[in-house]
Amino acid sequence: MLIDQFPAIVVAVPLVAAALCAIIRHETACWLIALVVAFLSFVGSATMLGQIKEYGEPLSYKMGGWAPPAGIELRVDLLSGYLLVLVSLIASAVLIYGRHSVRSEIKEGLRGLYYAMYLLCMCGLLGIVITGDAFNAFVFMEISSLSMYTLVALGKDRRALAASYQYLIMGTIGATMYVIGVGLLFTITGTLNLVDMADRLGPILDTPAAIAGMAFVVVGLSLKIALFPLHLWLPNAYAFAPSAVTAFLAATATKVSIYLLMRFIYSVFGFGFAIEQTPIPEVIMVLSLVAIFAGSFSAIFQENVKRMLAYSSVAQIGYITLGIALANATGLTGSLVHIFNHAVMKGALFMLVGGIALQVGTVRLSDMAGVGKAMPLTMFGFVLGGFSMLGVPGTVGFVSKWYLAVGALDNGWWWVVALLMLSSLLVLAYMGRVIEVAFFRERPEGAAALKEAPKSMIMTAWVFILACVYLGFDTSFTVGVAEQAVDVLMGGAQ
Amino acid sequence: MEGLNELAFVLGGVNHWITVFLIMAGLYIIVSRSNMIKKLVGLSIFQTSVYLLYVSPGKIIGGTAPIIIEGAEDQLYSNPLPHVLILTAIVVGVATLALGLALVVRVNEAYGSIEEDEVYSVGDWN
Repeated sequence: MLIDQFPAIVVAVPLVAAALCAIIRHETACWLIALVVAFLSFVGSATMLGQIKEYGEPLSYKMGGWAPPAGIELRVDLLSGYLLVLVSLIASAVLIYGRHSVRSEIKEGLRGLYYAMYLLCMCGLLGIVITGDAFNAFVFMEISSLSMYTLVALGKDRRALAASYQYLIMGTIGATMYVIGVGLLFTITGTLNLVDMADRLGPILDTPAAIAGMAFVVVGLSLKIALFPLHLWLPNAYAFAPSAVTAFLAATATKVSIYLLMRFIYSVFGFGFAIEQTPIPEVIMVLSLVAIFAGSFSAIFQENVKRMLAYSSVAQIGYITLGIALANATGLTGSLVHIFNHAVMKGALFMLVGGIALQVGTVRLSDMAGVGKAMPLTMFGFVLGGFSMLGVPGTVGFVSKWYLAVGALDNGWWWVVALLMLSSLLVLAYMGRVIEVAFFRERPEGAAALKEAPKSMIMTAWVFILACVYLGFDTSFTVGVAEQAVDVLMGGAQ
Repeated sequence: MEGLNELAFVLGGVNHWITVFLIMAGLYIIVSRSNMIKKLVGLSIFQTSVYLLYVSPGKIIGGTAPIIIEGAEDQLYSNPLPHVLILTAIVVGVATLALGLALVVRVNEAYGSIEEDEVYSVGDWN
């Protein structure tokens, strides 16, 4: 059947298309290729997810016809299907959105190559999610990271170069730590297939080599996730990358690493060991809570709105990892739902800020006075997105915080719930600052007249903003899939 | 006898000691140097440690290359998988280094310096 080939197609087509774009280099042609490929990936991922949801059987593809565990296995279960849909959906949307902002922010000769890099990055991210092989995940991780460094460096400002360099150093340390961990695990188990590794690790989990391997994998992935205090690369990379890249990066890159971390903690090392017998949940718990507060506090004092949203991402990543640390079904559901929800709302916010960057020319808060009147659609969307970040009932932010709070109560940790409430106030502080400046201050005399951002940008952003509200009421997709995916995780690798 | 055991522990794991040394040396250079090229050198050393970590358990003393020859089925052979993996890792390492150096060239053009202290203090990073 054709659907059996989908796992390979979803990864291979973007890879080939990226090479094609690098040869063609014509802007519009490359954009069209990228759009078609991203959309096909989305359709493929959604079909696979639908199939898996219906039949409950994971799809497995043997790369090159070699049966696992010897060969590389591409494996799509509910959890990876969910992430595949997320990544390909965001990738398609950002392509539609980014046409104008890419034209204004990237030099003419480089735009074709931009789309090549974009496709390569998408291929890497999809690959990390889809592969069932630990070393293959590293290769895909490096494909996505290297193209991401290039994309960040394409920013207009020269600080983008320095930010990209910083990201390269930190990202490579993270990936190398991960591969050291995988190397140690490979040495003691003799396999790289995640399912097989989980089986063989079972009896020898308590050995120093296994624990060292686990520590390296967790620390390496935490660097990629930007879990506090390993987040130092994130604010600059998000702030100075081109707007479209920021929207894509913020919505997908860290999420995919979180997926891999969940896989390792729950499926490979197993709930019974990693959660119950090691201090991993406690450590992640403390770091998540510190991330939520430190990230939000830093966001309050930012002048650059993109950088402010970037610090807010550090905090939101804290919510997601908090769910991992809660280690019960409800908390983990909250975490998975928040992966999707945060991607939708932060993607929308970065898209809207990209529109402001295009029209106003800067994203500094002081230059945004009175923008609300001139660009009502943009700023109204920003307000709704802000509500969602805050967790107002009826938005997606509320749904994920609700599950996290209930998960914390299940463990009897009422103080975590109190901290969650308190952290929402900080969100109010930094989002409120932007809204105050945009709506309640006059535009300075003599400033150039402002128009609304181009339709394609506004519309894509608004689709996501409306999704924030819609998914806040109809949670059957996000929560429905997440709850089943949690069963996959909690049940260990089958 | 106890002394001998310790000696065996130190000498027997000499490849691991070198791996650990390379990891620490690489990380130390990345943290302590402000020159962007030197940082990349540190990064490369750090990545090199991985090659040794993977390849050394694949080597069996007296083992040959894993090639099937008729009449010689019972040969002792080295595990080829780690070697292949590291070939991939080397390619990744080269790509990372190339991209890093390219970025440093661009940073030098834009800032006129490759010292991190100077690059990151220029302009308002907020």
